Amino acid sequence: MQIKILRSQTNTHQLYTLPAGEIPLLNALTYIKETQDASLTFSAGCRASVCGTCAVRVNGREELSCSYKVKPGDVIEPLQYHPVLRDLKVDKQKAKQTLLNASSWLHTSQEASLTHADEKFTEKQSDCILCDSCYSACPVYAVNPDFLGPFALTRAYRYTSDKREGDVKGIVDNIQTNGVWDCTLCGECTAVCPKGIDPKMDITMLRGTSLQHGHSDPSFATQNFGTPDFGGGGFSF
Amino acid sequence: MIDVLIIGSGGAGLTAALSAKEAGASVLVVGKTYPTNSQTSMAQGGINAALGNVMEDHVSSHIADTIKSAHGLCDEDMVRKMCADAPQTIEWLENLGVPFSRLDNNKSGKNTVAQRQMGGASAKRACYAQDYTGLKILHTLYDTCLKENIDFKDEHYLLNLIVKDDIVKGATFLDMRTGEVLQIDAKSVVIATGGYASLYHGYTTNAYGSTGDGVAAVLRAGGAVSDMEFIQFHPTALKHSAILISESARGEGGYLVNEKGERFVDELKPRDEVARAIFAQMQEGQRVFLDVRHLGEEKLMELLPQEVELCKIHEHVDPATELIPIKPVAHYSMGGIDVDYALEVTGIKGCFAVGECSNAKVHGANRLGGNSLLEIIAFGRFAGENAYKHSIYASSKPAEEIQKQKDQAELDTLLTQENPQNFYPYRELLGNLFYEKVGIVRDNSQLHEALKEVIEVQVAQKHMGVSDKNKTNNQNLIDFLEFKNALLLAPTIISSAIARDESRGAHFKIGFEEENEDLKKHIVLQWKRES
Repeated sequence: MQIKILRSQTNTHQLYTLPAGEIPLLNALTYIKETQDASLTFSAGCRASVCGTCAVRVNGREELSCSYKVKPGDVIEPLQYHPVLRDLKVDKQKAKQTLLNASSWLHTSQEASLTHADEKFTEKQSDCILCDSCYSACPVYAVNPDFLGPFALTRAYRYTSDKREGDVKGIVDNIQTNGVWDCTLCGECTAVCPKGIDPKMDITMLRGTSLQHGHSDPSFATQNFGTPDFGGGGFSF
Repeated sequence: MIDVLIIGSGGAGLTAALSAKEAGASVLVVGKTYPTNSQTSMAQGGINAALGNVMEDHVSSHIADTIKSAHGLCDEDMVRKMCADAPQTIEWLENLGVPFSRLDNNKSGKNTVAQRQMGGASAKRACYAQDYTGLKILHTLYDTCLKENIDFKDEHYLLNLIVKDDIVKGATFLDMRTGEVLQIDAKSVVIATGGYASLYHGYTTNAYGSTGDGVAAVLRAGGAVSDMEFIQFHPTALKHSAILISESARGEGGYLVNEKGERFVDELKPRDEVARAIFAQMQEGQRVFLDVRHLGEEKLMELLPQEVELCKIHEHVDPATELIPIKPVAHYSMGGIDVDYALEVTGIKGCFAVGECSNAKVHGANRLGGNSLLEIIAFGRFAGENAYKHSIYASSKPAEEIQKQKDQAELDTLLTQENPQNFYPYRELLGNLFYEKVGIVRDNSQLHEALKEVIEVQVAQKHMGVSDKNKTNNQNLIDFLEFKNALLLAPTIISSAIARDESRGAHFKIGFEEENEDLKKHIVLQWKRES
């Protein structure tokens, strides 16, 4: 079987031959590195879909190398919107910065009486492995590199919906600029998440929470009312 | 100069960073990956604490279970400290926002955390978050580190500790992106670099990077390691990929069966006993399976969603309807950097070690499931506090750049070496060799053979190197440096195993099948100083 991998030094797709058989892409990459071309560079960790290290694009779609079964003719490329360091290895620093900007952590901890239903409420969101697949698939980055993006917003949502959070507004205030309103709700993030997380829905929910805390959709305000200060408590819930 | 340099950004490192910072230290966390990529993410089953949320439980029972499983080789004071700290450890995690699984009991705080049975435990004691306990703790710690403005240097590979007059002065690192060697001076150092089970390449549940980098660095710097022969084999890894199926699969009622469909061991015995029972079946030519079909699809998806998915991807079986083929593989290194009651490294003042890389003597000859996550958090906090205390009175005179220059010269040599031998086949060879001859059941003739072969590989290593000569982002180089660390540790494991003519916990030797009271002690190794 043959696959093509985008090499950064030449910016061309290099053809590699693999033995026939159904193997995870990561095994194929490791095989190439160990036996054919030690300079092929990629990132890998746990092999078990939980460390978030090995996401790449296969035929234009984000996949974890360790769980994707490689097929003849596959074209392997690095994640989008990340600076490529070498071949399939990208720099995730800037993407990680979105977590800091969104302040996606527990702001003010308060003791709460949590139930099984509460656990279920944020179970999926907290399955996130920070593989950056959603970030790579998000078309907003083509026009706004400062967008907080799907994984940071999902994480913000996870904390706003935690009963232990005593300062929901503290998070919500930090996800207005380049945040919840910049998402186009296209659902690409949801489609590629290897953990089945639905950032699009989380962002939709965060819009509701934002309205409850006195924020409003800036484009909506501008287009329909022309007054940028609309929304300061205009909606009541 | 920073107060506390933390090497390793997994659960132990992040916890130490938070506690050192809280105590008042300036902190820097340096790791070879991004923080959330660490091995901690792979811990599934749970974190032990005698909360008694589900049934009666006591700290004393937790202590007793841990001591029993350690087979006389633990330090009971350290075990008491860890187990007594466990309830407040869960409370701390609860306050950070860890999304634990919950009970419906109308209580609040940590008293609502669900707990389940693990092997060797006398009560339902493991707090969990579905089967993502490590992942969810790790990510919550990371979120908290961002909140607390902890400084990180990601993708920096530890080269060597800098030690002068037996006092740590900092460490040297390879900036993996630029290829530059840098020296980081610090008043205290916390090593939290993880275990060395990846030495069993191809036969381990561990991530590629668990090569004992910190343990090897301590040896090179004159510190001590101990109990290196105690490697825990996890009974249930997927047969073809060695990917872990959590012990909670058995805790929740899963069976182990051979190909005749017979159960052959009490599935909830400690890991060493279960692993040996499986190994005995395999020696008889039996294939062994984990059977969770009777739990039903709904319960499986509720309790073990990750395992179900991994079985489908890597073994092509659906656990709800099919048997899961398994084998025992290397999972955890009980031994490691020898530390004292303050977690300070034997032989290197101001240098602390915590987590799987360290031997705090709480696991002894066999670790209980659910105690490793507890160790990294409970002792991670302790290590951070102690490192800060040391830094207060430590000298702030930076070390000379001798080590840095030496490391730079070595890397330059590697990157200019002509026609080096490919080391990857040797990495595989080492893994096979260890699984076969330094594995679940050992005997002295095989151990001696293994030692001879390892020394041959060490000799051959002088001709090995990297064919990728790129200075920047050279993963080939990192793989080689990791392999060198694994190879450096290999003889310490084998020679300790040879010296231990008895069977105790995870170390089982043919011809010496009983515990020997005279060997109820730790084997501590340290390199001799060159005169």
